[in-house]
Amino acid sequence: MAVPLSWYMLLSLAVFSIGVFGFLSRRNIIIMLMSIELMLNGVNINLIALSHYIQDLRGQILAFFVIAVAAAEAAIGLAIVIAMFRNRATAHVDEIKEMQG
Amino acid sequence: MEQVIMNNLNYPILSTVIFLPVLGALLILINKRSWETLTKWIALGTSILTFVASIPLFTHFDKTTHKMQFVERFSWIPNWNIYYFLGVDGISVLFILLSTLCAILCVLISWTAITNKIKEFYIAILLTTSFMIGVFCALDFFLFYLFWEAMLIPMFLIIGVWGGPNRVYAAIKFFLYTLVGSVLMLVGIIVLYLYSGKTFDILTMMTKHYPYTMQIWLFWAFFAAFAVKVPMWPVHTWLPDAHTEAPTAGSVILAAVLIKMGAYGFLRFSLPLLPEASKAMTPVMLTLSVIAIIYGAIICLGQTDLKRLIAYSSVSHMGFVTLGIFALNTQGVEGGILQMLNHGVVTGALFLSVGVVYERTHTRRIADYGGLATEMPIYSSFFMVFTLAAIGLPATNGFIGEFLILLGGFAANKWAGVLACTGIIIGAGYMLWLYQRVFFMEVNPKLHGLVDMNVRETIALLPMLILVFWIGVYPNSFLSFMHTSVQHLLERVNSGGMAQEAQIAKNIMEVIR
Amino acid sequence: MANMELQWYHVLIPFLPLTGFIINILLGREVTRYKAHWFAVSSVFGSWLCALATLQDVLAGKIIDADLYTWIISGTFKVGVGFLIDPLTAVMLIVVTTCATLIHIYAIGYMHGDTGYYRFFAYLNLFTFCMLMLVMGNNFLQLYFGWEGVGLCSYFLIGYYFNKKSAADAGKKAFIVNRFGDFGFGIGVFMVFLTFGTLHYADVFANVNSIAGKTVDFLGFNVDLPTLIALLLFCGAVGKSAQIPLHVWLPDAMEGPTPVSALIHAATMVTAGVFLVARCNPIFNLSEIAMNTVAIIGALTMFFAATIAITQNDIKRIIAFSTCSHLGYMFLACGVGAYAAGIFHLYTHAFFKALLFLAAGSVIHAVHTNNIQFMGGLKKYMPITYAVFVIAGLSAGGFPGLSGFFSKDEIIWSAYASHSSVGKFVWILALAGAFFTPFYTFRLIFRTFFGEYRGGLAAEEAATHAHSSSHSSSHDSHSSGHDPHGHGSSSHGSGHDSHGGHGPHESPYIMTVPLMFLAIGAVAAGWVGIPPLLGGGNHFAHFLQPVVGHPEFHATHAEEWGVMILSTTIALIGLGLSAFMYLRKTDLPERISKQFSLLYKILYNKYYVDEFYNLTIVQPTLKLANKILVGFTDAKIIEGIVNGVPNLIGIFSQKLRRLQTGIAHHYAIFMAAGAVFIVALIILLS
Repeated sequence: MAVPLSWYMLLSLAVFSIGVFGFLSRRNIIIMLMSIELMLNGVNINLIALSHYIQDLRGQILAFFVIAVAAAEAAIGLAIVIAMFRNRATAHVDEIKEMQG
Repeated sequence: MEQVIMNNLNYPILSTVIFLPVLGALLILINKRSWETLTKWIALGTSILTFVASIPLFTHFDKTTHKMQFVERFSWIPNWNIYYFLGVDGISVLFILLSTLCAILCVLISWTAITNKIKEFYIAILLTTSFMIGVFCALDFFLFYLFWEAMLIPMFLIIGVWGGPNRVYAAIKFFLYTLVGSVLMLVGIIVLYLYSGKTFDILTMMTKHYPYTMQIWLFWAFFAAFAVKVPMWPVHTWLPDAHTEAPTAGSVILAAVLIKMGAYGFLRFSLPLLPEASKAMTPVMLTLSVIAIIYGAIICLGQTDLKRLIAYSSVSHMGFVTLGIFALNTQGVEGGILQMLNHGVVTGALFLSVGVVYERTHTRRIADYGGLATEMPIYSSFFMVFTLAAIGLPATNGFIGEFLILLGGFAANKWAGVLACTGIIIGAGYMLWLYQRVFFMEVNPKLHGLVDMNVRETIALLPMLILVFWIGVYPNSFLSFMHTSVQHLLERVNSGGMAQEAQIAKNIMEVIR
Repeated sequence: MANMELQWYHVLIPFLPLTGFIINILLGREVTRYKAHWFAVSSVFGSWLCALATLQDVLAGKIIDADLYTWIISGTFKVGVGFLIDPLTAVMLIVVTTCATLIHIYAIGYMHGDTGYYRFFAYLNLFTFCMLMLVMGNNFLQLYFGWEGVGLCSYFLIGYYFNKKSAADAGKKAFIVNRFGDFGFGIGVFMVFLTFGTLHYADVFANVNSIAGKTVDFLGFNVDLPTLIALLLFCGAVGKSAQIPLHVWLPDAMEGPTPVSALIHAATMVTAGVFLVARCNPIFNLSEIAMNTVAIIGALTMFFAATIAITQNDIKRIIAFSTCSHLGYMFLACGVGAYAAGIFHLYTHAFFKALLFLAAGSVIHAVHTNNIQFMGGLKKYMPITYAVFVIAGLSAGGFPGLSGFFSKDEIIWSAYASHSSVGKFVWILALAGAFFTPFYTFRLIFRTFFGEYRGGLAAEEAATHAHSSSHSSSHDSHSSGHDPHGHGSSSHGSGHDSHGGHGPHESPYIMTVPLMFLAIGAVAAGWVGIPPLLGGGNHFAHFLQPVVGHPEFHATHAEEWGVMILSTTIALIGLGLSAFMYLRKTDLPERISKQFSLLYKILYNKYYVDEFYNLTIVQPTLKLANKILVGFTDAKIIEGIVNGVPNLIGIFSQKLRRLQTGIAHHYAIFMAAGAVFIVALIILLS
């Protein structure tokens, strides 16, 4: 028995929403990065499910791209976080305001 | 090409004249910083060489044709139809000579006045010269725009680095003012490019006819660039600041050549490319010119700064130039071109003269002077001649230009002529008053013991003095360059556009039938 | 019309003085120095000889009209530098070169030892050149060239003592006031070109009748074309010849050295306006309004200047106002159509007025003050000067038999007999002028040469000192306006004019000999124009007839006798009254001025015209420049816009940058809100 498409999409929505909520509500920068990962993966689920549904591989290819970008983003993001942490000894995002206009 | 006659010299004279200063600048660049005298001599030698190289333009110019001469044309960026296209006609040729002459004088007058960053200064001067000549030669719109904008950079540096106390403000103001205008012109150029079949060739563009509404839009786009450069009222306020703060050489280049480019632009582009719009906008232009003449003259009466006063007098004098150009008759336009030359000579010379005395006193305030005629008699005689030329006294060059302009202006519009004449009365007022305050009356105690002009300074001013009388007594040796070109231009503006219009109307009639 | 080729000596007339100028201005400082007069005088003398040769040609009926070269070509506009030599030019040539030569010689003595000796002669030569170009020109533009040129030299020479503020001011004033006249003149020249398509006299005057009665739209008014052109040209004449309302510069011009006043402000330059009107007589003849204007302006100037002259105390200013007044006579004559009479008066006036000025210069040279209140009794110290002064005065006053008599009588008679609608009005004013001229001239003579010597410079300085210390607020501008010549500069010369304890001396021969020659002119120059009534042939008028025509008079001999006797009697009454007031009852003038103190004040202050101009033109213009244009329009409005646009952008950015909090959550919320917004938009719009 096949799982209906709408379930996948609901799952995707749920994962994405958790990511958004986590990103907006948490102040720890590591957790915020993780939330971004959640959002991206939510999108991935959606992509793959729809790719399977319309029988087009391009969605899955795009998902691979997203995974690659997410990996790069996580690597750079963590690197920045580490650099920041070394300087400031904090991972609290509200204390990092260097970019204030 | 029908509108072009090829080079009647067997070498590319225009490129030589343009790139000789660049070569000199490169030489200075590789020169050791500590060899300052050598730097100066290289600059002087290059500028003299450039002037000598430009003399054949005067002697070998064919005055019987309106076509472009000494032409060089090479494909440059073929994808976009951009050519390296140079050539001169009777309207532009004299300005090249003026530019090359000016370069020599600028080097001479800066000899001891500039003491820091000497290498960079002379490089900037030479590059400015090169680009200015380029502007007057370019017949490809892209090339023209390139020179037009490139010139801003060394000029900006000259004002901003070697200027007076308020130099940064003046330099930025100068840069932004001219840039805003130029950008609008760029839009105009692109529109022309697209409309005239993807060509930047000015001569080809001139063979096309543009719809009236588009002409009006283009006219104002070009106006923005040219009016700022002239400068016409009310976009003139960069000029006093730039002139006042610039070092002497900068003021001379500004006055003698740079601000001519605006008027040159009107003559080279606005009138022939957009004849109907130019005709339609004549009342506006005449009004602005007359306002500039009177406004500039009256405001001179209220100045307390020597250079600022001369700067404002430029506004007034350039008002005469635009009045003449937009009188759209032979006397007006020829007078306008001659007056551009005259203004270059006279105002350039006045700034040179101010530089001479500024180097000794380090003050520009008129109130700090007085009785200079007793202390520096030779200098005051020179200044007097330039003052008289600025007033437009017969037998000086100013008279010929102003007379022709006023005659043309009066013929075009009596009000414009009469009102512009009042500018001459006020002109006599402020110049003589200035002369009196600086040279006459009791000697200011602070000025005792000033030395008169030395040989170098005299040599720098002498060419201007000779030109003042040469043009004043025998103007035909300069006017004769313009006759055919101006005639051609006016035919195009006055009847050419109309003829095309009539042709179109005829075509339409045939279609309807 | 022209029936002779241009000869070398015609060309030399103007260019010899130019050569003198160039030599002196280039080499004066180092080489010629105190020998500057060698070149200056010999060049002017040379051009006098050439002028005589030219006169010979013209007397033989020759007329020359030829271009030297083409000056300006622009489209249809073509004008040359060329010469027109006809009887009118010939008269002017003789007047200019004769006066110039004598005055150059006189200046050798007068300017002796001055530091700017070479400069003085250079300018004087340049002036002569410009004046000769003016009178010899064959087109309007060359006239304009000479016109501005003489104005420039006048500026230089008035401001010759440039260290003095008053001199520098006076020079500037002369130049600028003249520019007001030239404003009209220039537009007149434009109108001539637009009407006739040429500026060449011969071509213009040949076609002049074609414009009779035509009207033209000028600045929105429909005006009669000949009237317009004539009046515009006359504007220039009003400025140059110091007529009302542009007469204000002439009295101030007396700041220049006296030879300058004699040459420029009496004999030659100021008469250029009369020359202009006479030259353009074909245009003026077409317009009755223009003619009447000329006559009335001339008559009014003549009258008002004469009344002012009565009250002045500066010897040169008195003569300056007298010049104004005599120029008025000349215009009056032109205005009633008697151009020949006007030019005749110009010719005689050149001699007696130059003589008056030079003699006055001789007096100033001796006493070192211009104020006649500190002169007196000079008769016994300076007999030659006294003699020529009286001759000049009699000639100016119209004493029968002398030059001035014939010319003035001719004018008064022309005014009486002409058909001009204002003829009788100006005639009455002319008669009044005939009374005033001898009155103020002899007031000057009696105050200067008769009575006791009142101390010269020393007395004046003492008086000025006392005056300024007691009334420091009301500074007397006139007593300070004297010629600074001789203050130390010439006192160390040959010793003959040192003004230590002993009294004034006669001037050296180099000065008095030219005076004597001019005195001969003042007596006899007029004999070429003795009217038929007195047994003469009026050769002068006949000579000029080809150029200026001859007015038609219809009056009897009896009337002519009557007018002549009337004017002579009036002149003698003037002389007599002057003698009575200033020799007999010397306290009378004082009492009269007390009695009519208001009138006296108005006259003494020259009708307050200067003050009026200062209040209505000079001050408002300066205020406009300082307060409105510099302070407001440029600084506030234009610069406001120029700097305002960037400032506005700046203010806007200041607000906008608040959005960049630097807190990642805010950005995240914006992004989320933006995403919601876009999705909502898509859903709503689809």
